[in-house]
Amino acid sequence: MPAGADAKKLEGRSPGQLMWIRFKRDRTGVISGCVVLFFFLIAALAPVISKLYGKDPYTLYARKDFDLLDDYGLPSGPNGGISGDFWFGVEPGLGRDVFTQLLYGMRTTLYMALLITIVTVVTGVIIGLIGGYAGGRTDYWLGRITDFFMSFPSQLFMIAVTPVVVSLFVGRNEEVPTYIRAFSIIAVLWFLGWMGMSRLIRGVTLSLREREYVEAARVAGASRWRILRKELLPNVVTPILVQGTYLLPGTMLSVAFLSYVGVGFTEPTPDWGRMFAKAGHIYENAPTYMFFPGVAMVIFVVAFNLFGDSVRDAFDPKSGR
Amino acid sequence: MLQFLLRRTIGALVILLLISAVTFVIFFQLPGDPAYLSCGKNCGPAQIDLIHRNLGLDESIPVQYWEFMKGIFVGRTFEIGQCDAPCLGVSFHSREMVWDTIVDRFPTTLSLTVGGFVVFLVVGLGTGMIAAWKKGTLIDKGFSSLSLVLSSFQIYFLGPIVMGLVVWNHGWLDAPKYFPITDGVGKWFLGLLIPWLVMSTIFTAQYTRLMRSTMIEQLQEEHVRTARAKGMSRVYVFFRYATRGAMIPIVTILGMDLSGLLGGAIVTELTFSLAGIGRLAVESVTNIDLPLTMGVMLVGATFILLLNVVVDAAYAYIDPRVRLG
Repeated sequence: MPAGADAKKLEGRSPGQLMWIRFKRDRTGVISGCVVLFFFLIAALAPVISKLYGKDPYTLYARKDFDLLDDYGLPSGPNGGISGDFWFGVEPGLGRDVFTQLLYGMRTTLYMALLITIVTVVTGVIIGLIGGYAGGRTDYWLGRITDFFMSFPSQLFMIAVTPVVVSLFVGRNEEVPTYIRAFSIIAVLWFLGWMGMSRLIRGVTLSLREREYVEAARVAGASRWRILRKELLPNVVTPILVQGTYLLPGTMLSVAFLSYVGVGFTEPTPDWGRMFAKAGHIYENAPTYMFFPGVAMVIFVVAFNLFGDSVRDAFDPKSGR
Repeated sequence: MLQFLLRRTIGALVILLLISAVTFVIFFQLPGDPAYLSCGKNCGPAQIDLIHRNLGLDESIPVQYWEFMKGIFVGRTFEIGQCDAPCLGVSFHSREMVWDTIVDRFPTTLSLTVGGFVVFLVVGLGTGMIAAWKKGTLIDKGFSSLSLVLSSFQIYFLGPIVMGLVVWNHGWLDAPKYFPITDGVGKWFLGLLIPWLVMSTIFTAQYTRLMRSTMIEQLQEEHVRTARAKGMSRVYVFFRYATRGAMIPIVTILGMDLSGLLGGAIVTELTFSLAGIGRLAVESVTNIDLPLTMGVMLVGATFILLLNVVVDAAYAYIDPRVRLG
């Protein structure tokens, strides 16, 4: 390709393209982004992988092969029973496969977190936009409501309320279906998670509202709805994306926290957080069971934090670290 | 200053009142009928009726709430006995007074949170300041990468590892256990040392990062440069000028992290089998013991709001704009 004319031609670039170019140049960001993507990918492909691998997270393999666990219910092989058949070892006690358990557990936790992040972001953005743009009494009361929710001891409240929400849908002495548990967790974390985003968006909207182009739109006769949608929303996309990337790992840890504490998903649904609860109980005798879930979580959270920093830098090159 | 604190305290009280009302409605009105929960599976209508009357569940919600709140100040009388002044009701499960159970468990959580708080503030801010002072050197890079990794070590992952190393493999310390401080400071300290360190690891790492970046920002401010140009020593400017400015954003974020501290205490108590109110909350939820859950919620919320007032006071002390504005 001749380098002359084409390269010289001035090209208009949208802010999105500029961001993408800056992001691509950031090596840490690209690598950590790939790691994050990898986690979501293997989680999404869990059924395929487990089919190829030939095991599932539910079967009690020790019932079929009595050599897997010893008399105390501990894996009889070295290093927690890691072998060619069981890549990450065998679960002590029940004798399930740790690799597929982790894979499916990550799937549960990550996609729950993704869903919750999306609904909290949407809620926060709507409330923040309305408060910031409407101003006056609406803004005052929305602000007070936000403050009120923020002052809840959130983790304590999550633990206390999740079972209550579950019991709303299921009568006593009835089996609780998994989708109801999922729904309850989403509801509770959503309820207690939108405030940070709403405050941020309110602040940004407040400063954007007074800009000339918004005024021009208003003078030109644009409706409120149009100004919100066409003038303000495109300009708050940056803070939404940046805050959203920070929100997701936190939400993921909240989901894991609920399961660890024992009010999230229950057996036999594979779950990342619950693996830690079990691993903590048996750590003295079977420390290997903790290893893979733990290391995976550390890698995921580190990668996501680095990724978040890079996204912020790419969007907003002025803010240094 | 005093007026500011007074206003904040009144605000906290209003919020507490609202939280109690909301939780009360959620716990006692939404999920079917608490009477069923308290009397087990084979429960006839007559027994249910009796429980209703005993718990005052046959009254309307506002009346019940009023009775509950009145109980906190003047006490209540239940069929099984007198419930003295700070009365939070009777546990469905153990039939004990909720207040007594919480009083029994609270010191553990208090020691845990306050100790963890001190650890992460001292260590986190300290290392952050060192990293900022030595910016760009090996020390700075070491601290920064260490804090990046450590900030992702969850309590439930790190806890067992530390226990395995320190307690089970080497026997350097006994398994963590809470001793009242009146039993001897040393005993109390050694018993909670591991939980404190594990619990504060994430916070320490986060505050190291935060303190480093805000300090570096502050050191580039004009007023800091002017002070240096006037001939003040680097140490003096670092502590008197830059640190003071850096404390403002730190304290703001501290205020937001307080409820996370209580959350950390819950996980820590579960990880190390310490009998604090975090574990009490989990137990009460597992047993569907609504009065106990409600009591723990209220005490936890009060605790956090109190700490918030303390943080506000610190804020007003550091930043004159808050005091005067």
